[in-house]
Amino acid sequence: MADVYKRPHAYCDVPTHYCPGCTHGIVHRILSEVIDEMGIEGDTIGICPVGCSVMAYDYFNCDMIEAPHGRAPAVATGVKRAKPDSYVFTYQGDGDLAAIGTCETVHAATRGENIVVIFINNTTYGMTGGQMAPTTIPGQITQTTPYGRDPLVQGYPVRVCEMLSTLSGTALAQRVAVDSVPHINEAKKAIRKAFENQKEKRGFSIVEVLSTCPTNWGLTPVKALERLRNEMIPYYPLGVYKDVNVREEGNNNA
Amino acid sequence: MAERNLMKGNEALAEAAMRAGCKCFFGYPITPQTEISAYLAKYMAKNGGLFLQAESELAAINMVLGAASTGTRCMTSSSSPGISLKSEGISYIAASDLPCVIINVQRGGPGLGGIQPSQADYWQATKGLGHGDFHVLVFAPASVQEMVDMVVKAFDKADEYRMPAMILADGLLGQMMEPITFPEIKPLEVDKSWATNGHKNKREHNIINSLFLTPEVLENSVNNRYKRYEKIESEETDAEVYLCDDAEIVVCAFGATARVAKSAVNTAREQGIKVGLFRPKTLWPFPKQELLDATRCAKNILSVEMNMGQMIDDIKLATECKIPVSFFGRTGGVIPKPSEVLNEIVKIGGAE
Repeated sequence: MADVYKRPHAYCDVPTHYCPGCTHGIVHRILSEVIDEMGIEGDTIGICPVGCSVMAYDYFNCDMIEAPHGRAPAVATGVKRAKPDSYVFTYQGDGDLAAIGTCETVHAATRGENIVVIFINNTTYGMTGGQMAPTTIPGQITQTTPYGRDPLVQGYPVRVCEMLSTLSGTALAQRVAVDSVPHINEAKKAIRKAFENQKEKRGFSIVEVLSTCPTNWGLTPVKALERLRNEMIPYYPLGVYKDVNVREEGNNNA
Repeated sequence: MAERNLMKGNEALAEAAMRAGCKCFFGYPITPQTEISAYLAKYMAKNGGLFLQAESELAAINMVLGAASTGTRCMTSSSSPGISLKSEGISYIAASDLPCVIINVQRGGPGLGGIQPSQADYWQATKGLGHGDFHVLVFAPASVQEMVDMVVKAFDKADEYRMPAMILADGLLGQMMEPITFPEIKPLEVDKSWATNGHKNKREHNIINSLFLTPEVLENSVNNRYKRYEKIESEETDAEVYLCDDAEIVVCAFGATARVAKSAVNTAREQGIKVGLFRPKTLWPFPKQELLDATRCAKNILSVEMNMGQMIDDIKLATECKIPVSFFGRTGGVIPKPSEVLNEIVKIGGAE
C-alpha cells in the first residue's frame, strides 16, 4: 500500500520542544517537504537563529549550524561563498531577523546572496517569554509593553517584506501564513520558489511566515489562529512583494 | 633560489595567507590594517579564492564562522576597535571548535583611540577575547618575515587544534617594509569530517553548535577544550632568547617593541651591563618555562611594552614573583626610543 502521508526524510524523527499549538512544526514540515521533493538534503546546510527555533539543528536531517543572535544571514553568506554549489537556508524569528540582525538581513539581501531566508513573524519574542518584538502590532500587550505598544513611545513595527522588496539584490520577498490549509499550501509553494531561485542563482529569497505563539499571546491554539487572521493579516498583508520571475513588483494580496 | 621580496608587513601577511591555502577572506575597513583587505581584494579571486567586504565587523566574523564550518581555510583582519566588535563571534567560533585566523594590527585605545601603533590589546587577546572559558592561539610577530611565517603557522595550528588563531601585530609591523622570503608552504592536512558542507546522503548530518542546555554536557565540552589547551601550553610555546645566559637584567618585550629593546640591550652590553632580551613569540600560550630558564641569573626584569604594563602579570606568574619586575611603556601610539629603554636599563644596572 502506498503511503499517502509520512514524515519527510529531511525532518528528523525526534520530539520537538515547541509549545502545543505553535506553528513552527508546520513550517518545519513544509520546509522539509520542499527539501525532499527537490532531492537536495545532501547538499543543504541550514542555519539556526537564537530564539524559539534555536534547536532546529536537531530537527532537520541536513547539515546544520547554530549562529549567534541575528547573524544567521552573515553565517549563511560565509557558507554559501565557501561552497557555492550547496543550498543554504536560514530560519529566523522576528527578534533575530528584524531587530538585532537587521543589518545582516538587509546587507545579505542587497548583496543578492543566493540564500533562502525563512522568517517566522509571530509578533513577539517567544523564547524569552513574550517581550515586544520589532513586529509587535500597535496596541499589542507584551511583557515589555504591559499597557500595549504605543507607537509614540515604542515606535512602529517593521514590515520586513515591504522593506526588502526595495533592494535590487532581492529575488523574492513573499509573505505567507500558516493558519489554514490553503495558506499552508501557498506557503509551501513560496518556499519551493525560494529554493528554485537559489538553484538558478537569482539572488536573495525571503519567505515571511505569519505564525502564532499561543503561549505568549495567552490564547488557545484555535484562538491564536483567529488572532493571526483577524489582527495580523490586516497589518501584514499576505502576498508577493517582489518576484524577479514575474517582472511586475507590487502587492498581490492573497 | 628562494624568492626575495621587499614588502609592506600587511601585504606580506596577506600574500602568505593566500599561499597557506586561505580561500575566503571577510573584512571591514579600519586603519592601520586596510592594506590586507586591499591586497586580497586584488589577488584573492585570481588565486581561486574569495574576498568579500562585509557590512560590519560583526558580519565579517560571522561570515568566517560560516566558511570555517564548511572546513574552508578562512581569515578576517581588523584593528583594535574592530576586534572588540568581533569578540562575540570569536567566542562562538571557539565554542564551536572551528579553525580560523584573525589578524589584529593593533592601534592605540581605549575607545576610538588613535591610528598609531600600540600593544594595548595584550590582555584582550590573551585573556578576554570574548565571553566564556576559552583561549585562542596568539602569535606576536616582530618583523615582516615573521608576519609571513606566523600566519602560515597560525593556519596549521588552528586546523590542528580546531580553534581560532590570532596574529597580534601592530601598526608599525603592518606599515613598514622589509625584505622577506616566502617559505615553501605545505598546508597541514587534517581530518575535517566534522564540517557542515552537505552530507551527500553518505553520512549522518553534522551540527556545528555552541548551545548545550544540560549543565554537565556544557561542562564536559569546556573540559575537553581545556585538555587540548593543556597540550598546547606544553608543546606550542615559542620565544626568542637573546644574550640571557649571564644576564642580570632581562628585558621582556614582544612584537615591534622587542626590536627597540634589542637595540638598547646591544648598547648596554657595549657599556658592560649584563643584560639580555626575552621575546615571547607566542603570547598565549605564554612561554613560561623559557622565561624561567632565561632568568636564571637575573636579579631584575624590565618589561617594555606599548601599553601600561599588560604583560607584567604573566611575567610574574612565570617567575613566581621571585624577581622584581619594573616597567617602561609608552601609549597612545608613541613608540619607545632605544635611548629611553637604555636609560631604564642603566637605571636598574646602577641601582644594583
